[in-house]
Amino acid sequence: MSAETLPANAPVFGYRHLLGIQGFSAEEISFLLDISNRYASALPQDLKKESILSGFTVINLFFETSTRTLTSFELAAKRLGADVINMQIAWSSIKKGETLIDTAMTLNAMHPDVLVVRHPDSGAVKLLSEKVNCCVMNGGDGSHEHPTQALLDALTILRRKGRLAGLKVAISGDIKHSRVARSNIYLLTTMGAQVRVIAPPTLLPAAIERLGVEAYTDMRAGLKDVDIVMMLRLQTERMQGSFVPSIREYFHFFGLDRDKLSLAKPDALVMHPGPMNRGVEIDSELADDIDRSAIREQVEMGVAVRMACLDVLTAPERSRRAQAR
Amino acid sequence: MFHRDPPRTAFLNARLIDPASGLDQSGELLAESGQIVDFGPRLFDNGPPEGCIVVDCGGRYLAPGLVDMRVELGEPGNEHMETFGSGGQAALAGGVTSMVALPNTEPVVDDVAGVEFVARRAREEKLAKIYTYAAVTVGLGGKEMTEIGLLEEYGAVGFTDGHQAIANAQVMHRALSYSRTFGAVILQHPAEPSLSGGLMNAGELATRLGLAGISPLAEVIMVERDLRIVEMTGGRYHVSHVSAGETVEVIRRAKARGLNVTCDTAPHYFTLNELAVGDYRTFAKVSPPLRSEDDRLAVVQGLVDGTIDAIASDHSPHDQDSKRLPFALATFGVVGLETLLPLSLALVHDGALDLQSLLAKLTCNPAQILDLPAGRIAKGWPADLVLFDSDKPWRIDADALHSKSKNSAFDGHMVQGRVLRTFVDGRTAFTIADGALPAAEPRAETIGA
Repeated sequence: MSAETLPANAPVFGYRHLLGIQGFSAEEISFLLDISNRYASALPQDLKKESILSGFTVINLFFETSTRTLTSFELAAKRLGADVINMQIAWSSIKKGETLIDTAMTLNAMHPDVLVVRHPDSGAVKLLSEKVNCCVMNGGDGSHEHPTQALLDALTILRRKGRLAGLKVAISGDIKHSRVARSNIYLLTTMGAQVRVIAPPTLLPAAIERLGVEAYTDMRAGLKDVDIVMMLRLQTERMQGSFVPSIREYFHFFGLDRDKLSLAKPDALVMHPGPMNRGVEIDSELADDIDRSAIREQVEMGVAVRMACLDVLTAPERSRRAQAR
Repeated sequence: MFHRDPPRTAFLNARLIDPASGLDQSGELLAESGQIVDFGPRLFDNGPPEGCIVVDCGGRYLAPGLVDMRVELGEPGNEHMETFGSGGQAALAGGVTSMVALPNTEPVVDDVAGVEFVARRAREEKLAKIYTYAAVTVGLGGKEMTEIGLLEEYGAVGFTDGHQAIANAQVMHRALSYSRTFGAVILQHPAEPSLSGGLMNAGELATRLGLAGISPLAEVIMVERDLRIVEMTGGRYHVSHVSAGETVEVIRRAKARGLNVTCDTAPHYFTLNELAVGDYRTFAKVSPPLRSEDDRLAVVQGLVDGTIDAIASDHSPHDQDSKRLPFALATFGVVGLETLLPLSLALVHDGALDLQSLLAKLTCNPAQILDLPAGRIAKGWPADLVLFDSDKPWRIDADALHSKSKNSAFDGHMVQGRVLRTFVDGRTAFTIADGALPAAEPRAETIGA
């Protein structure tokens, strides 16, 4: 089931790191989704037997607090038989002393095979990847990219809708600060979906149309006839007067409820990267509606996608070790 | 040993060029006691005077030494970034014979002692001439005015809060009214702070990189506000490092209305655009940020039509530790003293400006704005000169810079034109290393003819 067992004519994934979706071709994305789908379809008892990463060390280096993503990466690596170390570092406390590069050098000396990095600053994961000798996976950097989230969202859509091309997808919420939105925009537009973004003007970044999307400031217009509604989390510190006047006003105009959702296609799927702010960007009852919401499935796909990415990135090193034996 | 008078120096076989007078001819020049005493064609037909140091210019351009009106020198307080010594060497290597230091040092140059410190240290180093601005507000706090009159008397050549804008309109109004009594110029870093919280130019690339954008609006709003105050007060106002096309246009209209305004830009603003940030290159992180290609072209146009009076290096030395960081945490600024002339010469090689107009923006114009005794080839003026080859192609190597900090945005950049020797008060203060010295040969156009 791992990358080696693919047919000989399968495209080669020629990257050492997974830093972002931007720049990937449709073939490369399909390749990753294909392997992810195999992991997603595998029975849990089969997965337990997988140990392609036996003898490999994966360090999850998180400079932002996270429970869900960290757990997902940890589980993915453990299911593949890797030794996993989690490091959660409060970035604010070290940024005045040890630099990111110092941290990278220290970790590099421990000879990990894969570093999964989450960092509050855009570009920090790339900077770190330039200073270490192992594979680096971006677990989310600032407002830049969150590639595994986009892959798991795409896999969820694929499994529900059978395709990505031609789908109308609306991404709604804090587009300006969202790495999830950016990675999803790159992935979905590359795969031929029509992407709309919906947000108040204060939460739309400059020149967003240049990324190949349509921008809407009216949620009802933006949701018309869409197949997928992707809601984004609104950070509480960005509400209350700075970017939007109040939670109440935000929910009134940009919160997803049944009334606004009725403008989308009848079988439209609701997604959210979590954790949700119930009653802020999404109606609580709607979030729990198993027929409309794919939120639980997204979490499930997360582990499969991260297993696939670990598999693909370590494939060259695995074959090197196999030959050395 | 006995004390010797400053030597007499005879410059032979030079292409004399002086933008202030329009002089551009082959000839000779004689410097004595640090001053230009004579110049012109066939000055030494009977041989140079006895006891002279003779400099054969090999037909190359001999121009007034450059006047760089915006440099940060790190001293006092940040000597690990730059000192008057290292900055002075860098200046000379760049053909800069006079430069003006920003007051944002530690402590801030906001009192007479600070101005005297700079003057004393400059005398000790005896490299390029170093002048200083003084802060407009005490401690760069943006509130209380400094002793503008006294500071001016003690030698501050202008007033600015350095990398900080004078944000408070009331403070700016008072500064421009009060400074008028002394004819002092107030220089503004054009960035409305409440709109300048970003990291690079707002636009597609900032959106893709997930970096907070700084709209050109932040710049133009500040300049438009200030121009209203200039109109009311009649104060002397200078906009430092113009980066946005709209700002150029606003200043163009203000000049047409006869307002007392001048401005400068820096080579990075007419050489690079926001794309230089590329994949989080912190060496392209400057304030104001590198703008769009349209803005870059508008800045070039502003230089061409004279809206932009001067080019300053905006030299801002920072060590590796301040740049090898995630983009958000890296310091703003690039070094520029040594690359000022070659980068600016690109405007001539591209046909945008003739050499005289370009040199004016690097010599007599900034000298005139700040009333410095520099930037001219004229009898009785200091013999601060630069000998340069206008065509020599070479590649900028950041590691080879004299500056203590190597944070150039132009490492590996190909340029044309190179400083060969720099003279301060008639003495040779810098000579290019032998290996880099092009052989004295006839100019290209005469070979082809």
